[in-house]
Amino acid sequence: MEPTIFRFIWKYSLRQQLVILALTVGSFPVLYATLELPKIIINQALAVDEATFELFGRELGQLQYLLVLCGAFLGLVLIAGLLKYLLNVYAGIVAERMLRRLRYQLYDHLLRFPLPYFRRTSQGELVQMINAEVEPLGGYVGSALSVPAFQGGTLITILIFMFMQDWILGLAAVALYPVQAYVIPRLQRQVNELGKRRVRQVRRNAEKISETASGVVDIHANDTSLYERARFSEHLSRIFFIRFDIYKKKFLIKFLNNFLAQLGPFFFFSIGGYLVLEGQITLGALVAVLNAHKDLSAPWKELLTYYQMMYDVKIKYEQIVTQFMPAGLKPAERQLADPPADAPEFGQEIVAQQVVLEEDGELVLDGVSFVLRLPCHVAMLGNAGSGRGALAQLLAGLLDPTGGRVLVDGKDLHTLPESVLGRRIGYVAPVAHVFKGSIADNLLYGLKHRPIRPRPADPELERYLHEALASGNIALDPFADWIDDAAIGVTGPDERLPAMMRVLRLVQLDHDVYLLGLRGTIRAAEKPDLANGLLRARQLMLQRLSADPDLARLVEPFDPDRYNTNASLAENLLFGTPVGDTFGPDRVAEHPYVLKTIRATGLFEDLVRIGYRVAATMLELFADLPPEHEYFRQFAFIDPEELPRYRALIQRVDPEHPETIEEEDQRRLLALAFRLIPARHRLGLLTPEIQERVLAARRRFRADLPAELRGTITFFDRDSYNDALSIQENVIFGKVAYGQANAAVRVAELIGEILDELDLTLRVSAVGLDFECGVGGSRLNLSQRQKLAIARELLKHPRLLILHNATDALDAAEQAALRDAILEEFRGRTVFWVLNQHEWASRFDKVLVMDGGHVAAFGRFDQLRNGGTPFGKLLAAT
Amino acid sequence: MTLQRDVDTLRNIPLFSKIDPSKLKLLAFTSERLEFQPGEQVCRQGERGDAAFIILDGEAEVFVEAAQGPVRVARLGRNDIIGEIAILCDVPRTATVIAATPLVTLRISKDAFFNLVTQFPEVAIGVMHELASRLHQTTQRLTEASAGPHRPEGDPA
Repeated sequence: MEPTIFRFIWKYSLRQQLVILALTVGSFPVLYATLELPKIIINQALAVDEATFELFGRELGQLQYLLVLCGAFLGLVLIAGLLKYLLNVYAGIVAERMLRRLRYQLYDHLLRFPLPYFRRTSQGELVQMINAEVEPLGGYVGSALSVPAFQGGTLITILIFMFMQDWILGLAAVALYPVQAYVIPRLQRQVNELGKRRVRQVRRNAEKISETASGVVDIHANDTSLYERARFSEHLSRIFFIRFDIYKKKFLIKFLNNFLAQLGPFFFFSIGGYLVLEGQITLGALVAVLNAHKDLSAPWKELLTYYQMMYDVKIKYEQIVTQFMPAGLKPAERQLADPPADAPEFGQEIVAQQVVLEEDGELVLDGVSFVLRLPCHVAMLGNAGSGRGALAQLLAGLLDPTGGRVLVDGKDLHTLPESVLGRRIGYVAPVAHVFKGSIADNLLYGLKHRPIRPRPADPELERYLHEALASGNIALDPFADWIDDAAIGVTGPDERLPAMMRVLRLVQLDHDVYLLGLRGTIRAAEKPDLANGLLRARQLMLQRLSADPDLARLVEPFDPDRYNTNASLAENLLFGTPVGDTFGPDRVAEHPYVLKTIRATGLFEDLVRIGYRVAATMLELFADLPPEHEYFRQFAFIDPEELPRYRALIQRVDPEHPETIEEEDQRRLLALAFRLIPARHRLGLLTPEIQERVLAARRRFRADLPAELRGTITFFDRDSYNDALSIQENVIFGKVAYGQANAAVRVAELIGEILDELDLTLRVSAVGLDFECGVGGSRLNLSQRQKLAIARELLKHPRLLILHNATDALDAAEQAALRDAILEEFRGRTVFWVLNQHEWASRFDKVLVMDGGHVAAFGRFDQLRNGGTPFGKLLAAT
Repeated sequence: MTLQRDVDTLRNIPLFSKIDPSKLKLLAFTSERLEFQPGEQVCRQGERGDAAFIILDGEAEVFVEAAQGPVRVARLGRNDIIGEIAILCDVPRTATVIAATPLVTLRISKDAFFNLVTQFPEVAIGVMHELASRLHQTTQRLTEASAGPHRPEGDPA
């Protein structure tokens, strides 16, 4: 990166700056003319003694002459305005490109930071610098040449004009400029210094906020939220007092500026007035000079501001750039270069020669040497702090050694570009990162090295790439197909699914993904085949259920002509899935159309009465419980805070005459009734007779549904796929019965069998692959995240796999199974596995024991297991 | 199948006979009525237990894993309680229980059970009584087993 902002501007925008300059200079004659014309109008066109004028050889009357001059004035004003518009837009584009370039360069450097640097730099600060702090730099770049040129030029133009009128008046106008030019910058420098302190403080704030977000669990767990509040308040107070000082100084400058500017007219009126009275200059000239002086203060102010900004920006740029130029920045070439033809295959040997790694003055690795014939499965053991983790990262090419080297097939590992390291080597950290996006996106992440299949060219894409180049960004299309199918041994996108499912099976994530698929939704219009297949599954399901009474009791299917006792009253009435909130569980009892329907079927009063009985029962059951009791959450229809309100309601109303109850109370009671599920709540309130009438209301609700409400509900329809229900619910097409032991498990098994029979399991899993993992994989549990990260590396098919305590988040049984699967998968390829489970070591070809940054032992398990060796001790300790 | 019927059933169980009906109603409401078909497992030995079951109707058999396979140790019937040890002492299920006939149970979650035991000393005493008598039986059987040849079929508890 360029060391100063001026070099940055010079190097990347000189031509554009010259264009801006040319546009600026081009506008000066126009500007001069707009100043000159009013004088001519006053002194000549409005002079009483002349009757005719000659213009370009034509005689004009006084009025005509005036009109021509005014027309010319208007024209010039228009031209000046248009030039300014052009200039502003162009300068804006230049500024934005330079800003984009700068941000890109900073991000580029971020990607090249040596890993340890991230430990010393807070995320919050990085975000703050790249996003917020560079913003004013862009503004400056756009005006770097144009403002001094334009405003300076304007100033000079106006001054020349004034001097040409009268040199004494001219002198009067600029008399105080030297004073201003001397005092203001000195004051300004103090303001800038405060400004810099403010920037640093805001960075610290950003760091504090991001720390709070990432440590929020521990804050609550330690009851330190007051402490954190106090600390944050202290940060804010620092900013406050800095700003306080800034305001005092800044507005002093403003005051001085205004005062000095107002001294000008004082001189004009006194000196100019004297000259007019003496007859040395005309009144027109004085008016014109006064006009010009009014125009003069604007560019002068702009110049002063520009000076302040330039100074500020210069410092800011240097502050940011030094942060992004840490020692040990990786050469860009290592990330951009394609794999060289003679890249090692990781097939012969890995030789470590006196590898030393120093971090913050501490020796993490102290002369590590070994020779390893490949392929080989190596267990890396050692206590925390023994250097085993650092060695793992170093072997993955993530850390560069301070001394010594690692040779792979005779090539220095740490001179290889990432295009070799990142493809030949797989590395999984103890807590691996899952990216925002779907599970499939994350699985395929390790294959996105270069765009493979471009998108069809279109003007939009052309424009995008052109603009990227113009800002010095990388001209690669992120929406192209980047997935390197050859690396996973398939020929195209259609064959990826089996490959992905295979690695998911290896890490035992396939069932989770299948379950996510079952819980996922699809749009039948987008996947008609799958939707049809699932409808067949639904038919099969219904057949199985009706054929076997033992199964039939597990599910109560949706039947338009039967009341579903395992569904709520609301569900029974709507007989469909609400889309959006209109008929959502909390709103359904209030909806006018719902109310109209149950009134029309004579249900209204009965349901209010039932709601009353529910409320009375809830009060009876829950009245004595403390409000924080978890039964409220689990079982009660009523929130504990609402209990007193319902108690009052129950005492107030007369259930025998529902029509006398106030509307608000009716709604409350109705809402309770709507949530009743007969099979679950067993209150015996929804009698068969009521159920019969709900069925009538159901038919009416659907038949009379107004057109504008059609989109708010998807009715249960045995022969069509319901987009609003999950895949699983679509297949079951009913409610899993309450009170039947293991119903959910057995229904799930049944669905599994049916989907298998219809060959749909893989396609349902494909829906699961579209599950969004959330930021940092937050929607997956820790174990799933870790498995996904391992699967990602397996899919990449590396020659060398390095696992750094990668399975610790898994259950013990799963860990063992995963270990066996991975070692089997990597037969013929090399694995380095940093282990906590020392007893696993016997399953590896070689064992490498680290201690205090040295290799304490290296050899076959059976050679090392004897009691005397360091490994023997480690093994004995477990 | 209504709540009221469950409450009546509970009231007939000696363990709960002294509890206020409204509390029994809460217990019934917060518990799940669960039906098992003959042959279905109510709980399995070694599993983590999070609920106890009260048999409302039907019979169940209790098996314990032994070296030579599962051994039937008891047959339980109406009003008997299953699985309270696991939730009381936080240990894995000590036996496997399988429905012998169509079985209707009330599944009382661990929380509900503790709620009950802490609120009503008479229930706690009842449970203690039950546990103590089982312990007594077990001790007796152990004594017999160490004295004489092994008898796989025990009397119902």
